[in-house]
Amino acid sequence: MINNTDAVKLLDSKRNDAIFVATMNANNVNFGLPTVTSNEKLDFPVSGAMSKASNVALGLALAQPDRKILCLDGDGSLLMNLGSLVTISNKKPKNLVHVLFNNKVYAVTGGQPIPGSEDVDWEDMAKSAGYAKVFSFDNLEDMTNGIDEALSAEGPIFVHLRVAPEIENTPVQFRTPAKRTVHTAIADMPETLGVKR
Amino acid sequence: MTTQEVILHPASVVAELKKNDISHVVWLPDSETNFMYQLLTNEPTLDLVPVCREGETMAIAAGLWVGGKRPIVLIQNTGIFEAGDSIRGLGLDVNQPLVMLVGYRGWSRHGLTRDSAARFIEHILHAWGITYYLIETDDDADRISLAIEEAEKTQKPVAVLVGTEFGS
Repeated sequence: MINNTDAVKLLDSKRNDAIFVATMNANNVNFGLPTVTSNEKLDFPVSGAMSKASNVALGLALAQPDRKILCLDGDGSLLMNLGSLVTISNKKPKNLVHVLFNNKVYAVTGGQPIPGSEDVDWEDMAKSAGYAKVFSFDNLEDMTNGIDEALSAEGPIFVHLRVAPEIENTPVQFRTPAKRTVHTAIADMPETLGVKR
Repeated sequence: MTTQEVILHPASVVAELKKNDISHVVWLPDSETNFMYQLLTNEPTLDLVPVCREGETMAIAAGLWVGGKRPIVLIQNTGIFEAGDSIRGLGLDVNQPLVMLVGYRGWSRHGLTRDSAARFIEHILHAWGITYYLIETDDDADRISLAIEEAEKTQKPVAVLVGTEFGS
């Protein structure tokens, strides 16, 4: 299994000017994107509407076709919005990479197993939905060796990561607040992208 | 008023979208707005983004909006019920100036409204503080422009309920 922080750190090291649309463990303030980001202005954390990071990423990918968009998704989140796999593949965004952090649990609610955690085949699911290419890594060495090919392929690309669970069990109101939120991203990202309103 | 005048033609709706430089229609087909499908599909200035479930629409629109586009959402009132958390989290909470065209299933000016989809929808919109307009005929179509103007002015989602009087 891959350590959550190591996976995010590796993706961040390859990002160039890519937008990261991150949610759940991949965006955790202790072991996710906020701890390693090299370009906060291009980080779009999605909270408050669980499962919708993939859809926000699709919208950005369609609006900014010349820029790479990486969605850092969670397995529990994606289960809530499985149809988004088809919604995404149907629009064929060449610049979208959908990275699934599969820890097999609802990590932020105490580590309860997600439904079908031992049976769901995410690679087959993404292939069947119509993603252009699917990659899967279950250790950091393989991910390090293979991630460049995944990030340079024509999308939509699905990258399945088998990550170690990082369990939290703190009610939302008592968690460490994130410095960058969906609100700050929405406020400043248009200017970063050169969007005039 | 003649029969012709009480019909809402798809061309009237599409003309409003074009007038307001709408770039994307994020939608899930429904029986009240199906009459627009062919025209929307054939309109080169509009990019249709079909979804599998209505809650996806507000999130896709949020990404499009942040990326510099001008999307609208087109779903049925039943989809509004399904999409509650998206409307809250990626519409109201983030001040997205999103216009939602909503097929008004069950709406009737005549007799009893038996469909709970129609009975509940305006209450739900009131509860969320979402302003809405009703369009039923070509004469009403310019309310879409009003809704877009209001959404941009208030930086809030605004709904346009599409009644069931339509033509092809």
